[in-house]
Amino acid sequence: AAGMFLRLLSDIQWRAAHPRWRRVTGSQRSTSTTAEPHPFSLPAQAQVVICGGGIMGTSVAYHLSKMGWKDIVLLEQGRLAAGTTRFCAGIVSTARPVSIELKMAHYSNKLYQQLEQETGVQTGYMKTGSISLAQTQDRLISLKRIASSLNVMGIPCEIISPKKVLQLHPLINIHDLVGAMYVPEDALVSSANVSLALATAASRNGVQIHERTSVSHVTIQKGRVTGVETDRGRIQCEYFVNCAGQWAYELGHSGEEPVHIPLHACEHFYLLTHPLQEPLSSNLPTIVDPDGRIYIRNWQGGILSGGFEKNPKPLFTEGRNQLEIQNLQEDWDHFGPLLSALLRRMPGLEALQIMQLVNCPESFTPDMRCIMGESPTARGYFVLAGMNSAGISYGGGAGKFLAEWIVNGYPSENVWPLDLKRFGTLQSSRTFLRHRVMEVMPLMYDLKVPRWDFQTGRQLRTSPLYDRLDAQGARWMEKHGFERVKYFVPPGSDLLDLDHSKTFYKPDWFDIVGSEVKCCKEAVCVIDMSSFTKFEISSTGDQALESLQYLFSNDLDVPVGHVVHTGMLNEKGGYENDCSIARLSKRSFFMISPTDQQVHCWAWLKNHLPDDSNLVLEDVTWKYTALNLIGPRAVDVLSELSYAPMTAEHFPSLFCKEMSVGYANGIRVMSITHTGEPGFVLYIPIEYALHVYNEVMNMGQKYGIRNAGYYALRSLRIEKFFAFWGQDLDAFTTPMECGREFQVKLDKGVEFLGQEVLLEQKQNGVYKRFTMFILEDHDTDMDLWPWWGEPIFRNGRYVGKTTSSAYSYTLERHVCLGFVHHFDEKTGEELVVTTDFINQGEYEIDIAGQRFQAKAKLYPFSSLFTQRRRKDEVELSGYQRE
Amino acid sequence: FYLTPPQVNSILKANEYSFKVPEFDGKNVSSVLGFDSNQLPANAPIEDRRSAATCLQTRGMLLGVFDGHAGCACAQAVSERLFYYIAVSLLPHETLLEIENAVESGRALLPILQWHKHPNDYFSKEASKLYFNSLRTYWQELIDLNSGETTDVREALINAFKRLDNDISLEAQVGDPNSFLNYLVLRVAFSGSTACVAHVDGVDLHIANTGDSRAMLGVQEEDGSWSAVNLSYDHNAQNEHEVERVKMEHPKSEEKSLVKQDRLLGLLMPFRAFGDVKFKWSIELQKRVVESGPDQLNDNEYTKFIPPNYHTPPYLTAEPEVIHHKLRPQDKFLVLATDGLWETMHRQDVARIVGEYLTGVHHQQPIAVGGYKVTLGQMHGLLTERRAKISSVFEDQNAATHLIRHAVGNNEFGTVDHERLSKMLSLPEELARMYRDDITIIVVQFNSHVIGAY
Repeated sequence: AAGMFLRLLSDIQWRAAHPRWRRVTGSQRSTSTTAEPHPFSLPAQAQVVICGGGIMGTSVAYHLSKMGWKDIVLLEQGRLAAGTTRFCAGIVSTARPVSIELKMAHYSNKLYQQLEQETGVQTGYMKTGSISLAQTQDRLISLKRIASSLNVMGIPCEIISPKKVLQLHPLINIHDLVGAMYVPEDALVSSANVSLALATAASRNGVQIHERTSVSHVTIQKGRVTGVETDRGRIQCEYFVNCAGQWAYELGHSGEEPVHIPLHACEHFYLLTHPLQEPLSSNLPTIVDPDGRIYIRNWQGGILSGGFEKNPKPLFTEGRNQLEIQNLQEDWDHFGPLLSALLRRMPGLEALQIMQLVNCPESFTPDMRCIMGESPTARGYFVLAGMNSAGISYGGGAGKFLAEWIVNGYPSENVWPLDLKRFGTLQSSRTFLRHRVMEVMPLMYDLKVPRWDFQTGRQLRTSPLYDRLDAQGARWMEKHGFERVKYFVPPGSDLLDLDHSKTFYKPDWFDIVGSEVKCCKEAVCVIDMSSFTKFEISSTGDQALESLQYLFSNDLDVPVGHVVHTGMLNEKGGYENDCSIARLSKRSFFMISPTDQQVHCWAWLKNHLPDDSNLVLEDVTWKYTALNLIGPRAVDVLSELSYAPMTAEHFPSLFCKEMSVGYANGIRVMSITHTGEPGFVLYIPIEYALHVYNEVMNMGQKYGIRNAGYYALRSLRIEKFFAFWGQDLDAFTTPMECGREFQVKLDKGVEFLGQEVLLEQKQNGVYKRFTMFILEDHDTDMDLWPWWGEPIFRNGRYVGKTTSSAYSYTLERHVCLGFVHHFDEKTGEELVVTTDFINQGEYEIDIAGQRFQAKAKLYPFSSLFTQRRRKDEVELSGYQRE
Repeated sequence: FYLTPPQVNSILKANEYSFKVPEFDGKNVSSVLGFDSNQLPANAPIEDRRSAATCLQTRGMLLGVFDGHAGCACAQAVSERLFYYIAVSLLPHETLLEIENAVESGRALLPILQWHKHPNDYFSKEASKLYFNSLRTYWQELIDLNSGETTDVREALINAFKRLDNDISLEAQVGDPNSFLNYLVLRVAFSGSTACVAHVDGVDLHIANTGDSRAMLGVQEEDGSWSAVNLSYDHNAQNEHEVERVKMEHPKSEEKSLVKQDRLLGLLMPFRAFGDVKFKWSIELQKRVVESGPDQLNDNEYTKFIPPNYHTPPYLTAEPEVIHHKLRPQDKFLVLATDGLWETMHRQDVARIVGEYLTGVHHQQPIAVGGYKVTLGQMHGLLTERRAKISSVFEDQNAATHLIRHAVGNNEFGTVDHERLSKMLSLPEELARMYRDDITIIVVQFNSHVIGAY
């Protein structure tokens, strides 16, 4: 049955029309011919070896060869485009909630559109448009948010009424719809043929393609890829690209040094029918009915319809070849609910005859975003996989980004949300993946509301205080496997259950967080911040200082005991990381960075620090519990517990000292809170954590101490205009663009990474500016809440997007942070953004299509700072994450 | 008097227990996925017992059902003790030595068994010292006997059964200074119990059976249907070989009195059993023990009563029949159950009901469109029908419970009838035993992936 299907979906004529294509490829290099079925022997070496001949592998090969790289070998264990690519439904859809994914899909669409002309290979490209249906108001809100994003990118898109849906697609039952989103330029393709077209073009550009060749493992020496072992011999190479789809996890684990690629396959079903009596037109729009969990496209006069069920069936947990993909069974009972949804949506199809139920496994990742980038442990080992069933939509753009990454050292856009380094070994347990993907797959069509937390794979990393906090009503979220408190539910108060708490409006915890914020402002709160990444860098001589001076933009040659906020910048001056560094001694430094920097920052430092045995980098994240004491009374609590004066004269802001707290000695106390509020963070060796916590809570009682969570912290930092890395800051943002010039010491007398770009920006100005917006006519109780990713309009024209937002309990207004660009009105060219440009505009923020007036500010309200800081530097750089 | 469905469920589920073999790194490397067990009493108190344990010093898992008669004392003792005897019989010489040395020097003992018990499955605290001493004597003898050969599972099972029965008999003859214990060992010896025990180690499945409980393998045929394979023979009057065996062991003169009304000596249904010293000891021994025993024993008409035509004891043995089976990927599960189940259900039905339950609807009879002309509407109707049919399956989270529901509630069409179920479960204690027997079931699910990889 699968064989028949190949003939139906992919165009067999192509092979007939190009019977010599493999020969053309081979004849460029091969000198001798060996026996069938491999007439052309593998080369002994190549610059790049790509494993996987699906849409990802061929797209990477295509883009690499377009960028001028020729010495490329693509290996496929079976036939080209014969895996998931062959089976996939061929829908190119740009309606994606994550902006980088949207950009990839948009690029893919444009690429596929011209591919047939470029290569002569029929791709079956058909611009049909797509309609996403909303059965509920909440669904419509989420569609409107996507529509806003698409519109500002120049992708045509409109919210339409049910009646209009009927005009566009006569078979649809609209009586349960509240609205829909129409994207007229979405398309259909034959995915296998797109892949073959990319392969053809790549092959013409000199890429060698070898089918029926499996990679057994990749060899790595001294942290660099050196070659690939295949069943047909070894190829030496500088770069290896793992595009092995659902086998990528295993391939990553096959070598001596594993590369962890956290993805897991699930069965995915869709239905093919015979043509309707009056065959459906091939340009009929594709229907996505997320509330019914299904998609429906026209297919050869009939329909193709699949979906993402609530109870997915993970497979291949125990590894490959346990079942051949081809032997996967149709499972009608499993498909039943989706069939019901289909007939509910298109009742007229009752009499339509079934052709086949296709079982096509797809791979899913722990956070529903794809995986791309370089391994943190093996340089030259690249990965592009885990497409969460959107492989054909992302294929073009993802291949382009990865090719740019290999050739230029980084893609042309910020791809951190997709970076392999957002994961570590901790996400690669098979049990974790199996459980998590069972949650992720249904989420494809679940409503995506703000602040959603995964429920599976939890309680992996916890603070020693976890049970204590949990017993006091803590509600938890997870970051990089670490459980962190959102807020504390006071005894006796009822919150909604999980399903009912999903909202785009004011959440049920509003007052709870409000009282925690109030306590931070007026008394003192404790927040467990143990999840932050903590490194120690030390050396025998001045190596540590010298290296750090080069890698960080601020001046780290400060007196011992000082804490410095600084960016870790790349050559373009962009933030690779944003940290606080305490100078513990002349020769050792303690570095604190965001939770999800653990893998990325480690890899960056390892790659940039000199290979010197006298310079030691250690990850001490697990060694310390961090308690953040926020509030005006923190100083009283701490001085009573330590019998040491903690006032500003004795313990100024941005200061670090080891001292005793209660019975415990050696507690690293820093006068920072990541919020701009007065207070201290205590880094406590974990065995003292419970003791210190108990002491602090007991002593704090008379000062009104209480527990608080990250939501309170977030509200505090956003109202003070603190940017944080991973949300507001990324590798494409420089300190100059976010008002952090004071953290850059261009004249520190030492050359540092990114210096030139910053110097240039200092002289010539910046092209985007981090700005704070206070929503003016927004009703907190009645209106939709901002989240992030909302378009910003200046004098009615689009100038950028928000990156984070929070309700400020002090200002009693919503605050959004985001970047403002200056696009030339006629040419669209980016111009320098000046202070005047920011200050002289009328601003609006678009929340799901509704615009709210906003006041722009480049500096925080000074009235919010209650305490005087160290003279030379105001703590303006919180970097705490959500 | 009528029980609502939730009431019925709470009765059926009161004794259910499930065990899943833990996974490591997403994998279960054992040939056993886990088991479900349950029991439904008809006697008050119930006379059936069940046990399950993992052998810690050798590989393998032990599961057993025990059907007591003339009280539950013997079944209780066997359920506590038999697996230790089996585990010890399987241990290599060095491990036995290590354990003995540990006991000798008062060091901590290697754990031998990991029990998987329902909270209602109790162990007698008072007798543990006595039981331990008997067991220790056994392993000391095994150490002395060291044959140097590797232990054969079949032999180990047979030895363990016989040895335990022998110890039960001896303990009753010797007595105990503690009057409570003294009475206990006598009650154990004078009551009886059958035993049907499975030992699973990789693809090697051994069933040791004594009496009329039964082990049955559920096999999935290539077309997805279910069939049953017996892995034990009932030791009762319906089994010609058993009747033959009993007759061979006694003089021809007794031939007519040996089996009467399908019972041994006209009294006992199972032809093999633990305990039941009334069918094993000489008349003199019985009289001596009863007379010197506590008053409760002396007053008991049953213990004093000597079976008719009692000439050449023993008439009864605890020696099991052992069947070895190499597990195949199509062997999906094993059912061990006391005769309370088998009286009401045919093994073929048991195989089908458990098979369909365990695989859910997916393997029930997968629908394949193939070359047929099927419309979306027809398929939808078919699927809706199937869903309705299987929704009853999902009432139970335990295969044994599901089987009991069928055993008690099945109407003449083979489907569960709630009214019947309600009636059967609300019978007063004194009537219940007339309509149904105690039912004890263990359903062991096998791991076809692991078995296939052997």
